[in-house]
Amino acid sequence: MSDAPIQLDQPNAPSYLQRGGIFSWLLTTDHKRIGVLYLISITALFLFGVSMAFTFRLELLSPGMQLMSLETYNRMLTLHGVTMIFLFIIPAIPSIFGNFLLPIMLGANDVYFPRLNLLSWYCYVVGALMALASVAYGGPNTGWTFYVPFSVETEANIFIPLSAVVVLGWSSILTGLNFVTTVHRLRAPGQTWFRLPLFVWALYATAWTQLLVTPVLAITLVLVVLDRLLNIGMFDPGRGGDPILYQHLFWIYSHPAVYIMILPAMGAVSEIIPTFARRTIFGYKFIAMSSVAIAGIGSLVWGHHMFTSGQSDTARIVFSFLTFLVAVPSGVKVFNWVATLYKGSIVLHVALVFTLMFIVLFTIGGLTGLMQGALALNIHIHDTAFIVAHFHYVMFGGAGVMFFAALHYWWPKMFGRLYNTSVALAAALIFFVGFNLLYFPLLVAGLEGMPRRYGDYLPYYTVYHQLSTVGSWILVFAILLMFANLVRSLRSGPRAPRNPWGSTSIEWFISSPPREENFEHTPEIRAKPYTYPQEVQDDPPPSI
Amino acid sequence: MTRRHPSEQLIAEATRPPHGHADPFGARMGMWLFLFTEVLLFGTLFLVYAVYLETYTREFNRGSTTLAVPVGAVNTLILLTSSLTMALAVAALHRARRRLSMALLAATIALAAAFLVIKAFEWADKFDHHIYPGSEIFAEAATGYELFFNLYFVMTGLHALHVAVGAGVIAAAILLVARSADPQRRVALLENTGLYWHLVDMVWIYLFPLFYLIG
Amino acid sequence: MSDDAEQTQVAKPHHPPIPPGLYVKVWIALVLLTGVTVTVSYLDMQKFTVFTAMLIATVKASLVLLYFMHIRFEKVVFQLMILFTLIIYAIFIFLTFADYSYR
Repeated sequence: MSDAPIQLDQPNAPSYLQRGGIFSWLLTTDHKRIGVLYLISITALFLFGVSMAFTFRLELLSPGMQLMSLETYNRMLTLHGVTMIFLFIIPAIPSIFGNFLLPIMLGANDVYFPRLNLLSWYCYVVGALMALASVAYGGPNTGWTFYVPFSVETEANIFIPLSAVVVLGWSSILTGLNFVTTVHRLRAPGQTWFRLPLFVWALYATAWTQLLVTPVLAITLVLVVLDRLLNIGMFDPGRGGDPILYQHLFWIYSHPAVYIMILPAMGAVSEIIPTFARRTIFGYKFIAMSSVAIAGIGSLVWGHHMFTSGQSDTARIVFSFLTFLVAVPSGVKVFNWVATLYKGSIVLHVALVFTLMFIVLFTIGGLTGLMQGALALNIHIHDTAFIVAHFHYVMFGGAGVMFFAALHYWWPKMFGRLYNTSVALAAALIFFVGFNLLYFPLLVAGLEGMPRRYGDYLPYYTVYHQLSTVGSWILVFAILLMFANLVRSLRSGPRAPRNPWGSTSIEWFISSPPREENFEHTPEIRAKPYTYPQEVQDDPPPSI
Repeated sequence: MTRRHPSEQLIAEATRPPHGHADPFGARMGMWLFLFTEVLLFGTLFLVYAVYLETYTREFNRGSTTLAVPVGAVNTLILLTSSLTMALAVAALHRARRRLSMALLAATIALAAAFLVIKAFEWADKFDHHIYPGSEIFAEAATGYELFFNLYFVMTGLHALHVAVGAGVIAAAILLVARSADPQRRVALLENTGLYWHLVDMVWIYLFPLFYLIG
Repeated sequence: MSDDAEQTQVAKPHHPPIPPGLYVKVWIALVLLTGVTVTVSYLDMQKFTVFTAMLIATVKASLVLLYFMHIRFEKVVFQLMILFTLIIYAIFIFLTFADYSYR
């Protein structure tokens, strides 16, 4: 190639990272800076969540309570759940990578409501501080699901954590509102719906879900608070209320919430695989439509969290059927990704390694989910360690791993630095070993009857817990190694070129890191995404 | 002869700079999306109501008879009229009738205030009869009677909160319309305020029969 | 698009402005329907009480939605979004009653 690809921005202008002091960051309306602000705060909360799990896994190393009381154990695992779900997994990919990349992928200079975007971040920060503040009051002890009647009657402080969740919900809602409007109104010329990158499709489907179901959780938790404060017992069986109604309302949000977690992760998979297979994605329209289908059908399956609570048989059968149905679009995606890899010119970069890891771990998680969807089996494995392992496979091995993948994929774009790929690869492989050692024994233990949320257990389960706890040590080491490697690159990594991976997605046609103004001129989109023209395919892949 | 890079088959450099004029359609879309969250917020409470209505129909009927239909009807008419004045205020601003528009907005706030005053009297009357959340009289009443009133206070309370906030937003809109150099620039803002207000009206359109008319 | 920029040009109405007279007519219809629903509530309709009340309320709400909120004249995208939201909400109700109706 004698010519460079087109340059869509002003490469001599300052990057978005450069100008201004701390106040310019705290009052920024630049979507890229907001993405970075989210990255810092979310990573901090993630590590907080990891530290709690690390600690109570130490307690679980042997039967009996050695390190803490059962009450403390309950509080620690509740806070772990609240942190990981509301402060890490739900916001991570949309608020960090969605914020950073969505406008760029649309050829726009920012989201539609930049100030609302900043407000979203402040809602996140306030919610996070409130959740941390709840520790000062001992922390909630109800589990992250806050089931009534215990959440109404417990003496632990519930007001602060529930209020924190409501505030965090607003962060999610405002992000969703912003993204839907942005996708509708700020697409570049030539960018029809079926030319959108699949990451955008994923964010769009997620945004609608965030918008519609989060208010259900907000008002439900408000009802619990009203019961505690003003004795307005909406779910009190002694006064005619139905605790199962709380569960319905809670899961009407919290099941779609897991699709809020996984859809953006799957969007990232669809971005990473074509780049490192050097070919177009297989079945673009099917993947796009599957994102919509997962969001849609995923809103209809919430009852499968409540099979043993006392629903009618009719409801259970309906929810079980719908649960099996929602696996189909996920399966479509997995098949399409694998088909994309088949006969591609594969470059095993660490981002792709994480992505392949996602496919393996998410499939295991998904299959165990199908097992749980079967009514007869569910009775035996509900509320056991099997469930815990299942959701860690899909949420952590799924969305969490794609968070790592996205970090490694878009890091050069966001910060203009390359990291040490050998260390990153080592961290990834060590993570895989640690992850499976941590969670696979829990699958078996659960089938053997080990209950969840138990701080103590019968000696029969000891070996499973020992394996699991050792796995947690390996996993935590890998995570710390991975983050240290990335952070180190900020100061001493080589400067990244504009397009280190040889991708043809639009974000790789602007500077690394981007300028304050993403595009000097609005680009015009002329082709479908993930198009690798023959000449580009003939190029030797960039050496990594 | 410079060869075009093959990537230019995919993305081209357009010639015009990113446009900077405002986009009322997008702002309206943002408001509608926000209204959808309100629909689900109140909708959840209506779902709770529906479940308990089905379970405790007789007690809900009884509870409904304690609510004064004429008072509720008057409040309904007040809110419907406030929606009219709101819509007319927007129409007036469309035709650059700034002061008429502001007067109609003020009328909307006055109607909202009237609604809230009447609501306050209703609640006070209930409290006088020992009907309030956690009251002892519910211990002797049939199961479900208390749930009716819990829902009454929560749902009309949340609604009243939205009326109050809406009135505040309309007041701010009056100021913005008053101070704007070109009042027609505020049309989009007023339209979006109107959308919020009409939603608050719609919630009451459902609250009124469900609490007052099923006795 | 930044929402902090003043409009540099007058926003063109997205549709021809609705004549105020139409608003008044809708208001009259709403008032009349309120009268209907109150009157009907004094009849003993047994199981149909709530259904009838909800039906009339929905007619009223539709008038507000279509005319006061302009949906009758809006672009299709808004109509689709509203429909989508209502369908999702309806499904929540429907599936919840799959439990309660069959207990």
